[in-house]
Amino acid sequence: MTRHLPALALLAALAALPFALGHNPYLLNALITTGIVTIAAMSLNLLLGFTGQLSLGHIAFFGIGAYVSALTSLGFDVELLWGLRIVHEPWPPVVGFGLAVLATAACGYLVGRLSFRVRGAYFVIVTISFAEVVRLVALNWVELTQGPLALTGIPPFSLGLPGLGSVTLRTKLQNYYLVLVVGTLCYALIARLVRSRFGRAMRGLKENESLALSVGINATRTLTLAAVISAAMAGAAGSLYAHYLRIIDPDVFLFSTTVTMVIMVVGGGKGTLLGPVVGGLIFGLLPVALRPVMVPEAQWMVFGLVLIVIQFVMPRGIVPGLTRLATRRHAPGGAPARMPVEARP
Amino acid sequence: MSEIRAPILSVDHVGVRFGGLVAIADLHFDVHPGEIVSLIGPNGAGKTTAFNVMTGFLKPSQGQVRFRGTSLQGLQPHEIVRLGLSRTFQRTSVFPDDTVFDNVMIGLHRRGRARLVDTLLGRDRTGEAALRDRARELLDWVGLSGRAQEKAGSLAYGEQRLVGVALALATEPAMLLLDEPVSGMNASETQVFVRLIRSIRERGVTILLVEHDMPMVMEVSDRIVVLNYGRLIAEGPPAAIRSDPAVIEAYLGQGSAAREAAQAARETIDA
Amino acid sequence: MTEFLQHLLNTLVLGGTYALLGIGLTLIFGIMNVVNFTHGALYTVGAYVMYLAVTALGLGFFAALPTAILGGLLLGAILDLVLLRPLRGADMDTTMLVMIGAGIVLQSGTLWLFGGVAKSIPTPFPDAPLQLGPVSVSWLRLFVLGAALALIGLTYWLINRTRLGLAMRATFQDHDTASLMGVNVRLVYTATFAIGSSLAAAAGALLGPVYVVFPQMGGMAELKAFAIVILGGLGNITGAAIGGFILALAEELGAGYISSGYRDAMGFLIIIAVLIFKPTGLFAKAERIG
Repeated sequence: MTRHLPALALLAALAALPFALGHNPYLLNALITTGIVTIAAMSLNLLLGFTGQLSLGHIAFFGIGAYVSALTSLGFDVELLWGLRIVHEPWPPVVGFGLAVLATAACGYLVGRLSFRVRGAYFVIVTISFAEVVRLVALNWVELTQGPLALTGIPPFSLGLPGLGSVTLRTKLQNYYLVLVVGTLCYALIARLVRSRFGRAMRGLKENESLALSVGINATRTLTLAAVISAAMAGAAGSLYAHYLRIIDPDVFLFSTTVTMVIMVVGGGKGTLLGPVVGGLIFGLLPVALRPVMVPEAQWMVFGLVLIVIQFVMPRGIVPGLTRLATRRHAPGGAPARMPVEARP
Repeated sequence: MSEIRAPILSVDHVGVRFGGLVAIADLHFDVHPGEIVSLIGPNGAGKTTAFNVMTGFLKPSQGQVRFRGTSLQGLQPHEIVRLGLSRTFQRTSVFPDDTVFDNVMIGLHRRGRARLVDTLLGRDRTGEAALRDRARELLDWVGLSGRAQEKAGSLAYGEQRLVGVALALATEPAMLLLDEPVSGMNASETQVFVRLIRSIRERGVTILLVEHDMPMVMEVSDRIVVLNYGRLIAEGPPAAIRSDPAVIEAYLGQGSAAREAAQAARETIDA
Repeated sequence: MTEFLQHLLNTLVLGGTYALLGIGLTLIFGIMNVVNFTHGALYTVGAYVMYLAVTALGLGFFAALPTAILGGLLLGAILDLVLLRPLRGADMDTTMLVMIGAGIVLQSGTLWLFGGVAKSIPTPFPDAPLQLGPVSVSWLRLFVLGAALALIGLTYWLINRTRLGLAMRATFQDHDTASLMGVNVRLVYTATFAIGSSLAAAAGALLGPVYVVFPQMGGMAELKAFAIVILGGLGNITGAAIGGFILALAEELGAGYISSGYRDAMGFLIIIAVLIFKPTGLFAKAERIG
């Protein structure tokens, strides 16, 4: 359990935070959206951090999750080719959440099967392309998505158990705790995954792909599975986003949101469990701190500069950097615990 | 005796060309169960290329490799491992950012059977415990128990080779391909390694190795296959190879001083 | 039929600038192994330099174009010296993230300086189009095509006929060997990035007057450049030139016969199709193995 002590401490702090802030709605709103993007960043970390595949189209899964969930709960009436007409009556948002997870998992499978045939630069570009195609569909399939006019009036989540009645999550505080619960579940899921046989296979592929193959790890299968789980999690975050904001437009697919997630993961520490959470909180709340002193364009310039500076001074991110500082402090005199036995030849 | 039994591995007129460059012209030899065979030849003779073909990392331009009677044609590296043919790598033989113990745990991938659902529900505890026991056994076998918690990438070069062997053994192979396993080891480490190779063979694993350390090759091999310019130029027991005029011409004939100089130069580059 | 001919003519005009964009990007990737995420920002910068040179400096249209190209050259050299040179030998992900950061800084900086309102660049060409039988083309677009072709020719000449080009080709083959043979690889890298950047700026300066100039114009241009480069095979210059025209054709036909809303989607559909059927690009040469 000591392993998870920092995470549990953070969880306790986050649970107490709204009371410390005195229910300030502006800050609470910033925390909720930060939390949602952080969940997406955690899911991106599964790919980028643990398998080493830089997916720059991750926002597609987030956006698809948002649209699937919104459309499920709003209902729609579209005519496809050959006069085929699909009419869907509104279902509860919770069902939308489930369908969003399933649909994005399927998309993750598709993208994984297609794009893991290529690596490196090709993979990066194909993931960006996927996100752009999805954005253009959302923009142009007006009959389904309302295009640039946005989907409005998306109902909020309502949770209920049979026989116990149900509660509709209308207040910011309720939504805050919903995001915290989903985020904690995602964290626990990832924590369990990366310590399992599947997690070891991902690490092996990242550290030395040839060697991983020759101990029998199936690269395509492992990476595709990682993409499926990662996409489903991003889809869940998208669903939370849709039912919290209650309005979505094709701008949810903007490349800049992927960049924000990448900055959260890389800045916090890719390939660590806490990295995207810490990075998510810092870079999600940075605009709140910068807003009084600079215009949005300047804020974005700061983001860009931060991304550059991180690569130069802290390429492994904040969490690994702090961990190293902490371990150094625990070893008095700064000497390493054990001397290297012999120099390399 | 071994000639009568069916070969465990047959390299059947394999050729490899990269564009106009012929890496292997026509390679044809068998390895029989329980043998220790060495594949030797000057640098650039095509030895590592041959390993890459046998393990599915390269597709041959002609011919095929059979393992226990199964053609390896079109199989992926991870599928070939499942048939019981495992290998080590010349340069990068470890997962550098993990501990030695976790390296072996990654290597035990094929042995773990946990389904994802079980993992998520925390139902695979006993399986994981068995894997950890097996990892400890393997580290004990190759003599790395004392290094279990160190980062594999920080080990000495020779010890990284041993991690590579432990990883290959973790797949429970019927046959092991060792790519220059003792390069970077000193004389006493090499002796320890020779004993390890013999102990592996005693447990029924057939061994094919590529190596430049001639005294080690002569000591450990039952049979030697000599390659030059992508062609087989001699094959036989160490004593016969030592006195084979073609081999002396092609390989040993470079003169021991020149050979040692070349060896030293190569090690400097490797380091 | 006339409609189709008109689409072909439009393809030619658009394809020239797309080829410029693609060649710049593929040159940088092939020689430096860097995925240049500032390419779109450089395209935008080229257009804005053109705009400033014509309006604020009053340089005149034909003097403004070389100014924009020079601006791209200079900015590219600075980007390489400040950001890429210290990271030589770093893995591709690192340089990619740094370039994404630099792209954001440039794009947001442009937005900050010029605001979000689109600007148009005045041109000296007559408004009346040139009639070529049943089809017509504006003089401006004709000039854009001519200039793009001339710049493509200049790039080929530079790569195949000059000492710098020889050094670039040697570095492309194998930078270690090139370095051993006395090629100043550091200089080649800087020159490559500067030239690639100037081609992006040129494309922006040429298309800026055709459409309008706005800070986010580079985003889509960059994604299109990726599509072109994938189509031609990463690092293949002729492939990128042909890829530029293929993308333009696909966009013209897609917009003309399917839906104009999906014009921009064509490139990505092409990428996805190429990756399914021929992952190394349509014109990829056999890679060196060993």
